Amino acid sequence: MSLIDTYRAYRARPKAIRRTDLASQWQLMWWRFRKHRMAMLGMILLGLFGVCVLFPEPISPYAPFERNSKYVAGAPMMPHFFEADGTFHPRPFVYGVKSERDPVTLKLRHTRDETKIWEIAFFVKGDPYHLFGLIPLDIHLFGTREGFIHLFGTDFTGLDIFSRTIHACRVSLSVGLVGVLVSFVLGAAIGGAAGYFGGQFDNIVMRIIEFIRSIPTLPLWLALAAALPRDWGPLPTYLAVTAILALLGWTWLARTVRSKLLATRHEDFVLAAKLSGCSDSRIIRRHLLPSFMSYLIVDTSIAFPEILLAETSLSFLGLGLREPVESWGVLLYAAQSIRSVDQAPWLMIPGLFVIVAVLAFNFLGDGLRDAADPYSK
Amino acid sequence: MAEARDNVLDVETLSIALRQDDATVPIVEDISFSLARGEVLALVGESGSGKSLTALSLMQLLSKELAITKGRILLHAADGGVTDIVGLGANGRAIEAIRGRRMGMIFQEPMSSFSPIHTIGAQIAEVAMIHEKVTREEARRRAAELLAKVGIPDPVRALDRYPQEFSGGMRQRAMIARALICGPGLLIADEPTTALDVTIQSQILDLMRKLKNELGMAILFITHDLGIVAQMADRVAIMYSGRIVESGPVRDIFRRPVHPYTRALLEAVPRLGDIDRHRKIRPIAGSIPNIFDVPQGCRFHPRCPAAQLPRCAEAPPPRYDAGRHHVSCIHGAEELGR
Amino acid sequence: MITFFARRFAYMVITLLLVSVVSFAIVQSAPGDYAEIYAARKANAGAIISQAEIENVRRQLGLDKPWHIQYGRWIGNIVLHNDWGMSWEWKRPVGEVIWERMPLTLAIAFSTLIFMYVVSIPVGIYSAVHRYSIGDHTVSLLGYIGLATPNFLLALVLMYLSQRYFGQSVGGLFSPAYENAPWSWGKFKDLLAHLAVPVIVLGTGGTAFLIRAMRAAVLDELNKMYVLSAKASGLSPLKLLIRYPVRMALNPIAATLGWRLTYVISGAPIVGFVLALPDTGPLFLHSLLNQDMLLAGAMIFIYCALTIIGTLLSDLLLVALDPRIKLE
Repeated sequence: MSLIDTYRAYRARPKAIRRTDLASQWQLMWWRFRKHRMAMLGMILLGLFGVCVLFPEPISPYAPFERNSKYVAGAPMMPHFFEADGTFHPRPFVYGVKSERDPVTLKLRHTRDETKIWEIAFFVKGDPYHLFGLIPLDIHLFGTREGFIHLFGTDFTGLDIFSRTIHACRVSLSVGLVGVLVSFVLGAAIGGAAGYFGGQFDNIVMRIIEFIRSIPTLPLWLALAAALPRDWGPLPTYLAVTAILALLGWTWLARTVRSKLLATRHEDFVLAAKLSGCSDSRIIRRHLLPSFMSYLIVDTSIAFPEILLAETSLSFLGLGLREPVESWGVLLYAAQSIRSVDQAPWLMIPGLFVIVAVLAFNFLGDGLRDAADPYSK
Repeated sequence: MAEARDNVLDVETLSIALRQDDATVPIVEDISFSLARGEVLALVGESGSGKSLTALSLMQLLSKELAITKGRILLHAADGGVTDIVGLGANGRAIEAIRGRRMGMIFQEPMSSFSPIHTIGAQIAEVAMIHEKVTREEARRRAAELLAKVGIPDPVRALDRYPQEFSGGMRQRAMIARALICGPGLLIADEPTTALDVTIQSQILDLMRKLKNELGMAILFITHDLGIVAQMADRVAIMYSGRIVESGPVRDIFRRPVHPYTRALLEAVPRLGDIDRHRKIRPIAGSIPNIFDVPQGCRFHPRCPAAQLPRCAEAPPPRYDAGRHHVSCIHGAEELGR
Repeated sequence: MITFFARRFAYMVITLLLVSVVSFAIVQSAPGDYAEIYAARKANAGAIISQAEIENVRRQLGLDKPWHIQYGRWIGNIVLHNDWGMSWEWKRPVGEVIWERMPLTLAIAFSTLIFMYVVSIPVGIYSAVHRYSIGDHTVSLLGYIGLATPNFLLALVLMYLSQRYFGQSVGGLFSPAYENAPWSWGKFKDLLAHLAVPVIVLGTGGTAFLIRAMRAAVLDELNKMYVLSAKASGLSPLKLLIRYPVRMALNPIAATLGWRLTYVISGAPIVGFVLALPDTGPLFLHSLLNQDMLLAGAMIFIYCALTIIGTLLSDLLLVALDPRIKLE
């Protein structure tokens, strides 16, 4: 197209040699990625989640199963710097709590007691734990020396929702990670074989993929999860749920691998490499793989939230993971009925973490996709 | 323009610039030309010389980043009325009423110039329906008539076919029909034959010539192919890096090219008998300057074999006229006077 | 043309068969078979059941036969006699239980599809035409959030908000006042208000996805040469937009209609469950939780069949829309 060519010629600034002329493909991707602000935000958020996955015990003020009988179904407590009369505290604090029994329903009601001030302390001693299951420690990132602090409130049994949500990062994100890894291996192997062998085999694989994609996955997931025996322990259930999620998640990746393999196999640059005497292995390593590796990474970052959402939904319904395993979905199970949500809306807070995690992955995926496209500006 | 010719179009000191975040970069500078009724003017240049953008600007079709910064584009109606296209702006009823009715345009890519999901007939008839408020049947009848005129066999059935069922040459014929259905006084053809095979190319050129004689419209023919210019055009304007460096009747330019760039272009064209006469085809050394980094003075001087430094690098060259032959070069006076 | 339809139809039948096998596998997957569950129930009720009696029940029900014969009987009864077996949870025929609730599921699914397209097409076009404007950025941010929010959470939040701020229950289909009232305009409006929540919940993710797809498709088309050439023929911007890029962009959107339907059907059970709608959602989930597998398997089969038929319809629609698709 003459117009568009002309226009492109105008846009391209020739300089002697730009550093982009010499950079490797990965360097270029990184540079483009860095310019994508949302993707960087996604990466930072995922980094924070990573910290939670590694160090949930020191970050949370309480152990996940430590009940606070003085504050059952208590509302989130907000940290403050200023008292109501404007007195400034250099250390943030939370107001104390007074509890009284409702004369009619005889239920315990908690209200804020503005006469009591509980200062937040950092690196305080608290519940003992074993970091990575090995190192015995009792230091927590924050806590209070007197009273207690429940940033996200407590549930109907007095468990601290903040601590439980932080602890649940580990299972929720690892289900996604393991699920994606399994689907990645399955997808790459099946899609690769289909693209490589072609012909009838390819045809059959594509039909199967089409079949799986044309059936509604969530009901099928639910049914498979429901078929798991109830008396299985936490670990087998965890593995089985992950496997079920992965089982139906590989189709996207397989499709991508196959179509990219088929498309690149006949690209001019592959022919050119062949003609200039490259060995098959070199062509695969240096030409084919890099040309669709980036697509695989992008697809993986898109598959991850899908699995995370599926796990959350299953566990929310009580068909996936169950106590004592903790995932965001398991925590949300407590919010299943409108009555409990009405009484303690803060039970929905773990859902916020799900949304943020999925958003972070979507941002990351978008950034990667843009960065991986060698023709993007 | 002072000449008392029966002009269809006068372009006066037209400038186009690219608006970037920080600055505007001039792309086409101070070009002027005119087209008389029934005349064919060829606008010739390398890719990147600004010829296609000039063509687009005549209909206010520039993309958002580009803008006309100076000049007038005067379109003369048959009854003597004059419209300044620049004054109409790029949007609104006024300019829409000009596009397709007073000026038609055909593009280089016949493959992609039609929407693949509408029939050829619908896309041609639509133009008549918009501009002349005729009924669908009337528009279709006229479309079929025009398809017959541009040499498409079985035009009535062709109306209901999709563009992808047509060959490239057929599509370009249909494109011409679409551009001419409202009988515009000016046809702008932006490299209409570049994407076609040589045999098809000459058929299309023949067709355009025939239609011009029949319908009497003027043609602005954008091309980089001097062979086509010799076949088609009455006059030529040579563009280099956003400026017209030489213009005049085809005869004058081909017989006595003055500007070193024009000469270089002509020497780069292979001709029958070259081998017998031991004439060498000489490609032009160097490449067209990038618009972000244009040379001072005469834009051609870094590539020019006859450049006189520092004169050529200091100021834009003066313009010399001899009759209808104009040239912008320091050697213009002596060469034209010869 | 006819061969195309025939092939497409044959393919659908094969897919349906495969789905029925999967559904039957789910029926069979429950730990313990019907006879054991029956025995356990009887035992719970105080009766003493001998092993011989269990075997007897098993033989009566044909549960001692190899699985393919059982499958044959199951699918045969469904196809020939519309007999889906008995739900022991409901103590009624499975078919009856499902068909009572199916119309509502279908109504919600179709309303959701319509909602998704009605919202996403104009918004997507707006976003594409006003690329990088504040409106476009807002739409894409909302879209991101819509895609990231699990349906059940959105349902919970909407229920909580309407309960708290409007004092209205959104669970179920009718307000208590209209529950048993005869049909009237008021009752109809009440029904619509209740339908709005599940439709919004179910449609948000898909709408966000479609807006993105529509925006990308229109942007793609806007840069095509034929848009410029139509503009050069004097079409006004609005007419140009509707006649060419939008019309072109509708094709990929229509092509994904089948997937959208799959998506809606996929999400429907959970939304129905959370919102306590009298549709098939709670039915399906309770059957899974209580291992009423004949009912669950039948539901899976119906859900799958719905999406497969929907996919076929969307393929046919695409053929009608796009002359470029060659029918062989």
